[in-house]
Amino acid sequence: MKPGTSRLALTPRQCEGLIASEGGSCSPLPLAGEGPGVRAMAVGVRNRRGLALLALALLPVSAHAADPTSVYRQMLAEDNPAELAVAHGQQLWEQPRGPRQAALTACDLGQGPGVVKGAFAALPRYFADTASVMDAESRLVHCMVTIQGFDRQQLAAAPFSEAGAPQTDLEALVAYVAAQSRGAKIRVPQSTSEEHDSYARGRDLFYRRAGPYDFSCANCHGADHLRIRLQELPNLTRPEGARSAFAHWPAYRVSQGAVRTMQWRLSDCVRQQRWPQLIFGSQASIDLSTYLGVLAAGGTMDAPSVRR
Amino acid sequence: MRAFQTLVLTVLTVAGGTAAQAQEVPRWGLEQVIASSFRASGQAGLDRLQQTPMQVACSVAHPDRLPTEAQQRIEREALQGVQFPQDGRWLGNWQAGEKIAQSGTGLQYSDPPDAPRGGNCYGCHRLSGTEIAFGTIGPSLVRYRQRYASDSDAMRRTWIRLWNVHAFNACSVMPRFGDAGILPAAQIRDVMALLFDPASPVNR
Amino acid sequence: MADPMKIRAVMQSGRVEVKILMSHQEETGLRKGADGELVPAHFISNVSVSHAGREVLRVQWGRAISKNPFLQFAFRGAARGDELTVTWIDNLGDTRTDRITIA
Repeated sequence: MKPGTSRLALTPRQCEGLIASEGGSCSPLPLAGEGPGVRAMAVGVRNRRGLALLALALLPVSAHAADPTSVYRQMLAEDNPAELAVAHGQQLWEQPRGPRQAALTACDLGQGPGVVKGAFAALPRYFADTASVMDAESRLVHCMVTIQGFDRQQLAAAPFSEAGAPQTDLEALVAYVAAQSRGAKIRVPQSTSEEHDSYARGRDLFYRRAGPYDFSCANCHGADHLRIRLQELPNLTRPEGARSAFAHWPAYRVSQGAVRTMQWRLSDCVRQQRWPQLIFGSQASIDLSTYLGVLAAGGTMDAPSVRR
Repeated sequence: MRAFQTLVLTVLTVAGGTAAQAQEVPRWGLEQVIASSFRASGQAGLDRLQQTPMQVACSVAHPDRLPTEAQQRIEREALQGVQFPQDGRWLGNWQAGEKIAQSGTGLQYSDPPDAPRGGNCYGCHRLSGTEIAFGTIGPSLVRYRQRYASDSDAMRRTWIRLWNVHAFNACSVMPRFGDAGILPAAQIRDVMALLFDPASPVNR
Repeated sequence: MADPMKIRAVMQSGRVEVKILMSHQEETGLRKGADGELVPAHFISNVSVSHAGREVLRVQWGRAISKNPFLQFAFRGAARGDELTVTWIDNLGDTRTDRITIA
């Protein structure tokens, strides 16, 4: 290379703009393997000062090369519309409601009656009063029925809001409960035989091939760096993937303008697997959460998050 | 004699083991939980949860580690079931094939049962060189004709893959488009044309 | 009155950075509901932010604003501890006012 020239990967316009003031020249040098529109330009600059200025001018370009998408995501997360659901959920938790005009403040989410802080990070878990493993959503329904007197069938019939409709009470409550575990370590317990069984069933379900497409969860979530169309898929069989998924649901789903819960996420996957409908609050739906939660151990809760 | 009997019994148990395991009394109540956790909806009946022998065998964390004999049996049975086009015509219309590849609906309980089904090929594969919204679960199929040849043997092998990929790759994650009745033969021909027609965007 | 807004107002380098998250369905009036009928237009038409009796921001919006609008702006001439008043009114006459102390 001639002394005083630098070989850089620039578009022609970048090169022209940068060196115009320095009286250099741009001559195209196609590099093998470069895509269209990006060519190496031999930038001839007259002197060292020109070269130094060129280097300085290039610095901001390379600094911003890191991911405008994550900048955008951070902007969204700072003012997450889910906060509105969280605020509404807090009202629903504290106000006396239902046929019994009672507040949910007596509800036991696993840390004792009324303890919400940190509870979401340790669900699903075994509850002696129902002799079963329950997740946050089934436990909230249980409390709304037993403490407030709401009708179980009615709650289970329409747990998720329709497009364009306001959040359901359940979605708002899940958002509130999850928000009180933000920053907490994920620690889904495996201390009872029921919890072990729940994990085992969840694992078997995760790998179960069924339906006309032969789809299991593992088909899409069992390897690294897979995506469906442009939607990246976490590898849920690895701790990083499991933590990323478990920590971020419930989530404000931008494409739907609503908070969506883990039960919703699971049932929508099952629909796309071409299976029949996963019943809301069913043991299978809870077991899948147990399996994911145990794999996610040690992660940090950060829900409600912002998702596509 | 006793040792031989034990050996035969062991071999039979191992061979039939993968099929029998799911029907054994589960220690954690999986089948009961499944029975009470799903409901029929739209065109998706509960019968969809009944597993075929291939599905049972492949419902493991590492299907690539299945015994060779088990994998070969899956492949053999899959190949035996392939139905080839009656008139020997492999290719249909690539434009129709592109539509099938782009469409992701069909067979969900939210889909009308009589609506045309897509293959959702772009969900997992890259096909046309200019379509950027492609998945990466399956390999890229760009320039399929150039990369995989276009003689009748290549066409036959591709047909088999589309009909029942397990004939070549036991426990593959790709759906059995012909064998499971997802796409009729006429539409599989269109997908074949998308892959093999020189005018197709896949090959331009 | 409608659901409360989430407002943050922070002094930063002599300016007040204000972030407002409003709870509103923001129906365009062009969408068909599950029954096939058009859902009536229902969107925030005006927003006003006041400080010490002076209007510091006046906004006119239409149907193109998304659900749960987020508004961010900055202004000078206020101090920590001052009160800001935010009011929105929508095309159907519904309204909401919230106050916040500048941090």
